[in-house]
Amino acid sequence: MSLLTTNYLSPTGREEAWRFTPLKRLGGLHDGTAKVGERESLSLKSGASGVSFERISRDLAPSPTETDDVVMQRVREGAHNVATLTIAANTEVAEAITLSRSAHGLDSAEFSRVRIELGAHARATVIMENTGDAFLAEDVEFALAPGSNLTFVSLQEWNTGSTHLAKHHAIVDRDATFKSITVTVGGSLVRLLPSVEFIGQGASCELLGVYFATEGQFFEHRMFVDHKVPNAKSRVNYKGALAGQGAHTVWIGDVFIRAAAEGTDTYELNRNLLLSDGARADSVPNLEIETGEIVGAGHASTTGRFDDEQLFYLMSRGIELADARRLVVRGFFNEIVTEIGDAVIQDRLMDRIDNELAKAGS
Amino acid sequence: MSTLEIRGLQVSVNTDAGAVEILKGVDLTIKSGETHAIMGPNGSGKSTLAYSIAGHPKYSITGGTVTLDGVDLLEMTVDERAKAGLFLAMQYPVEVPGVSVSNFLRTAVTALRGEAPKLRTWTGEVKDAMEALKMDPAFATRNVNEGFSGGEKKRHEIMQLELLKPKIAILDETDSGLDVDALRIVSEGVVRAKEANNLGVLLITHYTRILRYIKPDFVHVFANGKIVEEGGAELAEKLEANGYAEYVGS
Repeated sequence: MSLLTTNYLSPTGREEAWRFTPLKRLGGLHDGTAKVGERESLSLKSGASGVSFERISRDLAPSPTETDDVVMQRVREGAHNVATLTIAANTEVAEAITLSRSAHGLDSAEFSRVRIELGAHARATVIMENTGDAFLAEDVEFALAPGSNLTFVSLQEWNTGSTHLAKHHAIVDRDATFKSITVTVGGSLVRLLPSVEFIGQGASCELLGVYFATEGQFFEHRMFVDHKVPNAKSRVNYKGALAGQGAHTVWIGDVFIRAAAEGTDTYELNRNLLLSDGARADSVPNLEIETGEIVGAGHASTTGRFDDEQLFYLMSRGIELADARRLVVRGFFNEIVTEIGDAVIQDRLMDRIDNELAKAGS
Repeated sequence: MSTLEIRGLQVSVNTDAGAVEILKGVDLTIKSGETHAIMGPNGSGKSTLAYSIAGHPKYSITGGTVTLDGVDLLEMTVDERAKAGLFLAMQYPVEVPGVSVSNFLRTAVTALRGEAPKLRTWTGEVKDAMEALKMDPAFATRNVNEGFSGGEKKRHEIMQLELLKPKIAILDETDSGLDVDALRIVSEGVVRAKEANNLGVLLITHYTRILRYIKPDFVHVFANGKIVEEGGAELAEKLEANGYAEYVGS
């Protein structure tokens, strides 16, 4: 157990970044009262040649990008090592590299730092599987060298009662491509901060996500895409479903187009499906533009219930209501889930979605 | 031999201004193998008749009965009506994002037959139905009605008619938005379904052109929420020449 000495400014809930988050349910991660263990639960499940995974002392690891998130500041002070996955320049890894985190226990928190680094023109898919009981604050940084291409799949399949706060920050250099697929279907409280910082022209990112919150679950996905250089492209598409009393999701999509970022092309989309009463979806797209010399910038956000016309159409072909609802929900998520590109994971997630829907009493 | 019997059907729809009565007592009997054309001007209630028989939640039945082989359809859920043998080809088929045509068809046929079809036989059936309607095989992998052209949507409806083998089919303006070639292909599909399954057809249309391909045994003129005149195929010719003016004014 480590004691944190620094006095950070703990959030009160009035701050913009924390205004939706139920601070009482963070177990003290935000105000320094959480008991922190010395655990390092991340392991490499399947690697490949040209890929290395090691724990590097934080004194030797590159400094992470500054953050104003107090939980991440505490993680950086508390975590001694940085779990570092490196994919060497010009390496193309055909099979997905899987990092796995499982079964930690809820008695003390884990502070974890992770760095995923791709050399120039490297190409890889990294899957991070999160299962078990989590009490976790995690700071993940991606560094994509010019011309590299990373697909990052992050699966939150935590047990009930888990708390997971994380920042996923990607620094994307010239002509590099970062694609993330974030899936949040388990845990009591999950708050993820995916962010992208373009540092070279021609860079692009695609941030995709799905979440399904049932009774009492709080899932927050708060994006930030920083267009600070010209001619970068970003796409954001998150889809969520909610069912049950107290299910609450938050999606924030902040996109900042700085004065220098001419030729920016950005579009962000969030769609929510409310499957029962008593659930709440907050959805806030946000675009700040400092230059008009752009290719395009747009956003859309919708929150709705089942479409009666879709259900009628399916039922008029003999399909029972429960099956019709299942088809519609699977279809809703299908667009993003199939992007994972791994049939085993996709089937597992779709089965889980079916089960969540069945529990919700359709 | 099946019989769809509609007696004194009254239907209203709820609007902001309260319930509005649309069908004002419709009587109609359709038997296996028969083709009935319902013709009438816009807003006369033709589509309401189709959707209320199929059980669309938007409509309230305020009077009358609808039975299929003596069994009350109005007490059934939408899927139960389909299982009883009713099919509705829609004027505006609905998009279902993320659900492929092949998955949709397999789910529907499994529900209707009560068991999953044998994969190989079923794949063959689908392939034949698509070929007959001159549809690209890639169609099966597309999402239901998503991005379909008007003609593709109607072919997809008739493909379902051929595959799902209902007893009675209601075709709601299946001819609208079709060019001459598509109209012929779609009409041939309806005729095939009739011949294969002794299907009874209730065909709703504004125009007589589809009746050149699907010969009606009976023509009913629909105006102001009820049937105002009935006759044989010759009545359609009269409507083509004179329009609906004499019925609308009444």
